[in-house]
Amino acid sequence: VTALEVGFHGTETWDWITTSPLFGITITVAGYALGRWLHARTKSPVFQPVLVAMVLIVVVLKVGDISYAEYLVGGNYVAFWLGAATVALALPLHQEWHLVRRAAVPVLVGVLTGALVSITAAVLVTRWAGGSEQLQLTMAPKAATTPVSLALSTQIGGIPALTAALTILAGITGAILGPWVLDRIGVRDLRARGIAMGSVTHGIGTARALQESRTEGAFSALCMGLTAVATSVLVPVLLLVL
Amino acid sequence: MLRPLAGLTCHTSPVAANPPILKGILVLLVCQLVGEVAVRLSGVQFPGPVVGMLLFLLLLRTRKPAETSSLVAGPTLLLRHLNLLFIPAGVGIVAYLGRVRDDAGPLAAGLWVSWLVGFVATALVASWLLRHVKERP
Repeated sequence: VTALEVGFHGTETWDWITTSPLFGITITVAGYALGRWLHARTKSPVFQPVLVAMVLIVVVLKVGDISYAEYLVGGNYVAFWLGAATVALALPLHQEWHLVRRAAVPVLVGVLTGALVSITAAVLVTRWAGGSEQLQLTMAPKAATTPVSLALSTQIGGIPALTAALTILAGITGAILGPWVLDRIGVRDLRARGIAMGSVTHGIGTARALQESRTEGAFSALCMGLTAVATSVLVPVLLLVL
Repeated sequence: MLRPLAGLTCHTSPVAANPPILKGILVLLVCQLVGEVAVRLSGVQFPGPVVGMLLFLLLLRTRKPAETSSLVAGPTLLLRHLNLLFIPAGVGIVAYLGRVRDDAGPLAAGLWVSWLVGFVATALVASWLLRHVKERP
């Protein structure tokens, strides 16, 4: 009887499970492993490991009545490595440097195009769809990587937490639909694909680009960094005219 | 006292199957740390890890490490599972977006339309330039 009650809701063991980092770490890795397995099995772009893991974890949290803050006790150990992984993106950039240095003009113009169009469209479309001014400001920096979009949102008077959520959603959208859209519009040059992924879908898109090819990943990583700069400069400027 | 010493001396021969990663990971952390400190000291609103990426690139360009170096193996290990690291933040958006249901229409339109327009514009401009701009030597 006790063996059955041990893992049950409300008991001391349950409290330990939900407050130990082990829970959040294990469920994150498990969701990711399941997502990769499903992706390999089905070859379907819908089964992005991140998306599968997110759905699985949200369901487990709901069923177990566990808050996001409790999940983050372990989740933060995983998310922590994002910073080091961003630094690591210099590696594909270094390995593909012979291609990157020759494509300086397409890279720079591509990044500027991406930042200009993304910011302008974000503000105008949100406005036309009936969003308040604060909502437009919240949407404006979403193509840049999360720390930059978050800081910009604070600076211009948006809702920072919502900007962070939108930024990640833009990244996930890019990771799932990006390569498909690129195929549809006939962009096959790996360098151009990388420039688009990095400029509009930041780190999450870059992760997907790296899976497609090292060249695409290198261009994506570079453009992610450059877009952070371009967005920081262009958002305050564009908001004066829009 | 003898056992750990004996264990240490046994470690010398086969390393090829498990490339060294420790130094590589350490370098990543140090680059990030320097980047984070630099942006804080300068007061510029910019992500420290991106500055760290530039530092690490500079290091790789000057050192040109071999493929078997831990400077390659460490980052490779992290990048192989880059997706995993985004999951906790992804779970957060599900928790957060439930609270802004009233604005779902403008948010969805603003997000996805601007994403598509920006993405397609960038891809077409970049691919046109790659075909028509004379490459630098």
